[in-house]
Amino acid sequence: MGCEQSGKTCLLQGNEAIVEGALAAGCRFFAGYPITPASEIAELMSMRLPEVGGAFIQMEDEIAGIGAVIGASLAGVKSLTATSGPGFSLMQENLGFACITETPCVIVNVMRGGPSTGLPTSPAQGDVMQARWGTHGTHPIIVLSVSSVIDSFEVTIHAFNISEKYRIPVILLSDEVVAHTRESITIPDKSEFEVVNRIRPGVPPEWFHPYEDNSRGVPPMAAFGDGYRHHITGLVHDVHGYPTQRPDEIDAFQRRQFRKITNGFSEIQMTRSVMLDDADIAVIAYGSVSRSALRAIKMARERGIKAGLLHLTTLFPFPRRIVDPVLRKCRAVLVPEMNLGQISREVKRVNLSAKVEKLNRLDGQLITPEEIFEKLLTL
Amino acid sequence: MNDDRYEIRFGGSGGQGIILAAVIVAEAAAVYDHKYVSQTQSYGPEARGGKSKAEVVISSREIDYPKVIKMDFLLAMNQTALDAYFYDFKPNGLLVVDSTFVEQLPTSRVIAIPFTRMARELGRELVANVVALGAVGRLCPAVSEDSLQKAVLNRVPPKTVELNSRAFAAGAEAAAAFDLSSLPRSITPDEEQEI
Repeated sequence: MGCEQSGKTCLLQGNEAIVEGALAAGCRFFAGYPITPASEIAELMSMRLPEVGGAFIQMEDEIAGIGAVIGASLAGVKSLTATSGPGFSLMQENLGFACITETPCVIVNVMRGGPSTGLPTSPAQGDVMQARWGTHGTHPIIVLSVSSVIDSFEVTIHAFNISEKYRIPVILLSDEVVAHTRESITIPDKSEFEVVNRIRPGVPPEWFHPYEDNSRGVPPMAAFGDGYRHHITGLVHDVHGYPTQRPDEIDAFQRRQFRKITNGFSEIQMTRSVMLDDADIAVIAYGSVSRSALRAIKMARERGIKAGLLHLTTLFPFPRRIVDPVLRKCRAVLVPEMNLGQISREVKRVNLSAKVEKLNRLDGQLITPEEIFEKLLTL
Repeated sequence: MNDDRYEIRFGGSGGQGIILAAVIVAEAAAVYDHKYVSQTQSYGPEARGGKSKAEVVISSREIDYPKVIKMDFLLAMNQTALDAYFYDFKPNGLLVVDSTFVEQLPTSRVIAIPFTRMARELGRELVANVVALGAVGRLCPAVSEDSLQKAVLNRVPPKTVELNSRAFAAGAEAAAAFDLSSLPRSITPDEEQEI
């Protein structure tokens, strides 16, 4: 298991690649509770973290898992937890705490069939909306998805980078197929990818206002023990970090949360276009289904159908600026998903006059290229 | 489709080492033969028993869809797995079964070798999957026997290298006794084939 050496080709599972990506991004803390189909992440982290001077804790449940992750991050350490649907539900309250305290952390949810214990060993994409709206209150959040082993490595690094840069929890959605598929991967050398660290205070402790606005909307973050007074609360707080009831302070605080993400749209919204240039019909897909879609558009091309694929890595904030031109250009768009239509709704919302078709499967099986191809023939 | 996917499926019951065998094939093809591979599996929530299926797709190009579409090669370690996983078989694909447990064959284009019985004779029933891998190395054109042997010995615990070596060799030898060209060319009987 694992692949410590850069430059060496290894056969890794998607879950193992997430671990290697997290370590490459500088993650040095993991707390969580094992659950199929995410358990390999905890298992491998428990072996790899001590080797690099990090710490691993198996907590009593997922609520405690994310609690410990938030605490470690406040102490200045990049932190990860990983779970599946039922555990992700348990994390929702603390996820809100991470949002309001602007604590960077990455939460992996390897989606299984649900609800409840559901289908622990089968893939699904039923948690897309839970990732976006699972915690309470108005809040921005970043949701990324992975579709392959290489993706699991690279997108995990992006997840940490964005989380650190914008001080926001990032949800990484995988699914059982991606998590357990083994593919070859060559771990790149450190010099080949960028690692972003949170900005620390540049002023002396007595001048430090932990939640003071700036042009980026992201205040520098002091670690516990650095000597900077840093009050952390789940109540809406003023620039000093203390609870406030003043409408002007509340409004400024809430709007800054969104502004900082809006400012970063161009780098947060990651998508991949395949054969879209001359396409008059498009598939919009994410996760393991995007791989079926890729094959389906190749099959369509062989039949002379001008099909293209827009592969979404970022699901939220929804990349509407990239989706919009695709909807305008193509006479129809197909959104295949292993749910009854969570992203297809978002696609439709971008342009209500566009023809957006769905293809859904709920039986614990990956949608096949043939199914997508046949649906394309009818559009 | 214009690609050279070679698709392998292994089926058996949980605990027979089906998934490990597929991982080893994938490792041989990826790490030693430098090909693109995608290895997937499906299994039930049970810890032991239950059907177990593992697949490997090998290609010289990047693999889009990671699972089997049309099988080139099926290794079935028992009757239940054979019955359950024989679908999606290419007419000129190759079927290899463990004749210790498989009695009813769906086609005469088949290589039947008693992997489990041979493993028992070697002293450990546990190495039936490695005996089977020896046969896979000899019969399957998508992965070289040499790479597969290296991958097997690299994966097994050091103390068992000798036993696994013998198991692999026994499987390869048993497979060598079959003449592939003497098998029917297709699983579809001649009279049913389209002209």
